[in-house]
Amino acid sequence: METTAPAGRSTYRPPWRLLIGAALVIFMAIPIVTMVIFGDVPMPTSIDKFKEFTNRLSVPEVSLTFFFTPLFVAGFVFYKEWTKPVVAIPLGIVFTIFYFGSMVIDANYFAILEKPDNVPISMMLFGTGFLMWWAMRQAAINDENIRQGKPLLEGSKDDKVLVWPDLVYTELICIVIASAILVIWSIVLRAPLEAPANPEGPPNPSKAPWYFLGLQEMLVYFDPWMAGVVLPTMIITGLIGMPYCDTNPKGNGYYTVSQRPFIIFNWMFGFIVLWVVLIVFGTFLRGPNWNFYGPYEPWDASIQPAMTNINLSDYFWNGENLAGFGLGVGLPENMWLRELPGIIFTLAFCFGLPVLLARTVMRRMYLQMGALRFYFMAIHFVIMGMMPLKMVLRWVLTLKYFIYLPELNFNL
Amino acid sequence: MLGKAWNWIRTSQVWSSIFRHGIPRDRRTRVMAIMSNVFLHLHPVAVRKSGIRLSFTWCMGGLTFFLFLAETISGVLLMFYYRPVPEYAFADIIALRAHITLGLLREIHRWGAHAMIIAIWLHMMRVFLTGSYKPPREFNWGVGVILLVLTMLLSFTGYLLPWDQLAIWAITVGSNMGKATPFVGMQGPFTDMVQLAGVPLVTTKSDAAFMLLAGTSVGENALMRFYVLHCIALPLAAATLIAVHFWRIRKDGGISGPL
Repeated sequence: METTAPAGRSTYRPPWRLLIGAALVIFMAIPIVTMVIFGDVPMPTSIDKFKEFTNRLSVPEVSLTFFFTPLFVAGFVFYKEWTKPVVAIPLGIVFTIFYFGSMVIDANYFAILEKPDNVPISMMLFGTGFLMWWAMRQAAINDENIRQGKPLLEGSKDDKVLVWPDLVYTELICIVIASAILVIWSIVLRAPLEAPANPEGPPNPSKAPWYFLGLQEMLVYFDPWMAGVVLPTMIITGLIGMPYCDTNPKGNGYYTVSQRPFIIFNWMFGFIVLWVVLIVFGTFLRGPNWNFYGPYEPWDASIQPAMTNINLSDYFWNGENLAGFGLGVGLPENMWLRELPGIIFTLAFCFGLPVLLARTVMRRMYLQMGALRFYFMAIHFVIMGMMPLKMVLRWVLTLKYFIYLPELNFNL
Repeated sequence: MLGKAWNWIRTSQVWSSIFRHGIPRDRRTRVMAIMSNVFLHLHPVAVRKSGIRLSFTWCMGGLTFFLFLAETISGVLLMFYYRPVPEYAFADIIALRAHITLGLLREIHRWGAHAMIIAIWLHMMRVFLTGSYKPPREFNWGVGVILLVLTMLLSFTGYLLPWDQLAIWAITVGSNMGKATPFVGMQGPFTDMVQLAGVPLVTTKSDAAFMLLAGTSVGENALMRFYVLHCIALPLAAATLIAVHFWRIRKDGGISGPL
């Protein structure tokens, strides 16, 4: 961006995008470098070593932290660059070759992908990926046009056509094509059907329908009342409330990123990383006992990873695993006193943090939106943030619950 | 000769009782074609040129509606063959493949359902990314969110009907969440506190999961309940809201575009 600076002022601006890009590359390289140098993971010099390498890197704590999230951030920051056809088409081709080519080199991966109930997952992945590119491409062009004062791709308000014939014929053509695809799909692929229902013999793993697997994945980190009831309810209330909270008048009716970056970043993070990616994890990579298996790993039900999960109250009163940090006095008898640190933390996180945000980094937003809109948005926002927070605390501190009140079935 | 016959048909009382306008060739008759047809008049008469480009809408909302119709038609046909009781359900599904001409009904219904879920998600993504939920379309976005939930519930209730291992255990995992509902699920937080004079109001036979399954586990009552929800209640609710959704698109100014 070229700017003409007033006399006497420095024209220097830090190259933010370059710095962010470099930071993301370094961050994404951390697990690969550390695993190769300090771990027992071989360099991927043959197909078998490549498979082991990929399996080791695909565990959620590594892949979500060091791969999917930074990749999402990079996709958002550099949307003007990667959406250019010269970049996007080769990227798409490489991904497609990797995605389907892996079926040739590995029988386990082949078995996962050709399972009839998993066919929609591939469709979802490629459909979402392609349409995301299409949307971001148009946003990039529009944003450039806005910057240069040129008209948008979507044209002006007065440019109207009659529904007959322009729209009804488009609809007719779509109906014909969609019908043909649906019939051909149904001829080629049988609908999934397993053995007759046996109420005595649950399969291992037992999975919910694929579109709920993001929530089932959340069961690893949260109890069912949270993953299966509160979070889905908040997704629905958050979505319905969104138009009333988004007071930004710009970006109404056309593709843009630069005019509404905050909401696009957060909404797309929720949809792509916390919904679509977790569904792929749930369908492709969760095997017997809901254990995690890499894409090229056989589903061996006898593997039982050791799990020692510790509650926040243990950390606070006992100082478990963190000698010197806890009080070391043992858990109190009274359940409310015992869980007091967790309760304070949870209340502070869900209700104190929004107030803090309103007074500091989101002050401008708070003033624009007003209290009711802001706190509705902020509470949904921090509770969405609680998902990655709990995941990271589980991986780093093996934290099980913030609040552990089995007396009331209330564990968070 | 043919032209004469065509002319005779077009001027007959039957034809003109159905179509109140001429062939849609000029502006007036094209407007009439939309306005005088109950289905087509859900459209506005004119729309933005940019709005109907495939690159703008991706046709995902239309595709979702098309799949809803395909599901309705194939679903009604499936109802002729399928009995929602454990003794027959699985056998009827097998028979659908083996004995019925072409044997594609269930495939169309199943794959169409999956495609509908993906299409409605992507429709939501498009509406979000173009900011089309912004005023004056806030309410219609809310209707759309409820339609999205209904679509997933339609798929969820239909998942049980084949009565195979995939079906009952997927529904078991899903409906176990009902048991964990705060205050009204047996294993949920604070349920023990819901009492009246020391008598618990929520028991395994009155909690949220029981309401969903009509039993404590996925059995024949659950099958009947899901069947009725799947074939009657949820489609009616969805059809009603679809009508509202389309009508509001028109009332809110047609397909969105820059103000």
